[in-house]
Amino acid sequence: MATVSVCQYHSGGFSFENCKRNALLEADINKLGFSSPAARKTGTTICGVVYKDGVVLGADTRATEGMVVADKNCSKIHYISPNIYCCGAGTAADTEMTTQIISSNLELHSLSTGRLPRVTTANRMLKQMLFRYQGYIGAALVLGGVDCNGPHLYSIYPHGSTDKLPYVTMGSGSLAAMAVFEDRYRPNMEEEEAKRLVRDAIAAGIFNDLGSGSNIDLCVITKGKVDYLRPHDMANKKGVRTGSYRYKHGTTGVLTKAVTPLNLEVVEESVQTMDTS
Amino acid sequence: TLEACCSRAWTSCFNSTSIMAVEFEGGVVIGADSRTTTGAYIANRVTDKLTPIHERIFCCRSGSAADTQAIADAVTYQLGFHSIELDEAPLVQTAASLFREMCYRYREELMAGIIVAGWDPRRGGQVYTVPVGGMMTRQPVSVGGSGSSYIYGYVDSNYRAGMSKEECLKFTAEALTLAMERDGSSGGVVRLAVVSEQGVERQVILGNQLPKFSTV
Repeated sequence: MATVSVCQYHSGGFSFENCKRNALLEADINKLGFSSPAARKTGTTICGVVYKDGVVLGADTRATEGMVVADKNCSKIHYISPNIYCCGAGTAADTEMTTQIISSNLELHSLSTGRLPRVTTANRMLKQMLFRYQGYIGAALVLGGVDCNGPHLYSIYPHGSTDKLPYVTMGSGSLAAMAVFEDRYRPNMEEEEAKRLVRDAIAAGIFNDLGSGSNIDLCVITKGKVDYLRPHDMANKKGVRTGSYRYKHGTTGVLTKAVTPLNLEVVEESVQTMDTS
Repeated sequence: TLEACCSRAWTSCFNSTSIMAVEFEGGVVIGADSRTTTGAYIANRVTDKLTPIHERIFCCRSGSAADTQAIADAVTYQLGFHSIELDEAPLVQTAASLFREMCYRYREELMAGIIVAGWDPRRGGQVYTVPVGGMMTRQPVSVGGSGSSYIYGYVDSNYRAGMSKEECLKFTAEALTLAMERDGSSGGVVRLAVVSEQGVERQVILGNQLPKFSTV
């Protein structure tokens, strides 16, 4: 491997110098019997569909940390600009931060141009950033919005490739959701039909994928209006207990009772004043 | 279930691809299949791998989707800038050189096999191939992608110099159909384009309209 990068000064990007230290720390922690904390991932189903008047985005609301649900109702549809929203799958922190960075840059860009931002601009910014980080930012996104050129929908992969399509799904439940889309998608659907289709696709992901679950969030974007429906459908409501399992006082008979007073003497007394200024 | 964040699982790869370009008198015919895969899942079954770089210059992309999209965007920008500076249409050779420059310089980091094809007033229709590694060479007919291995024999035996535009279209469509038939990782539809002095004509051949070869 003859790369010309041996003596180059590393400016920006990730620094992997702490990897060796982390490996040693992890070995030490494991010796004590504990395990190091894992990054929280959104095992997810997200999808989007272009219909007659605009775009419908959908997402489930489960965030997992390994095999445990870390957040039962997290919000995976992120704001990019008044007319553009983005669903995120992959590492939760990466999707959150990436969408916030691009949202901020897009607002400045929009003020500079004096125009409403276009979906293709957001797509360019996202793909160029993700490509720069060569896939280390684990953000798989479904970007949708309506601008002066009509409704647009993009899927963006962590390595920086994008596809512009009429319907897309991402995340661990994407295969289940895509099956629903491939069966029932038609071009130029009405709004109610599109919402039903997206709701069913996310439901397919929720009920057939272990990494997705809880409720269904929807975001309907049309020219000049955004309906952020959270939750649109509470597909997994917690059940109500029909009986009480508390035992009455006296259920367990007391046989003996022994009281031992602990005589403690005060050894030291110190007063710490709180700074309430 | 697909584990999100497994670096292998999220690589959108065109390595599963069949692309082709043929020169004829007055222009070029280019063609590609339409499949993008992440592992064993088809992420996009209607991909457009024929990307315009300039008004009469196209590139056929194979390899990593992210790498080729980024390279194509960069070359489109550079060529557009160059063309404005020159105040004339850029040469196909210039576009191919820009691709070669990028693909060779970053050869360790990239996985991109590109065929550059187009028409310019100086030399007419031209096809340049820039495979993985960053070599650049002009060829009258060029194939690329994983599906190309299956059609070298067909292309070598059926190509004749001096074919007409219609003959080239038929030749390309048949070659890509054969590649898609045998290569499990190529498929979908066949996208064709003719680039000539008159401009660009694009067409799509859907799965059920592909030429039929054997009835076995």
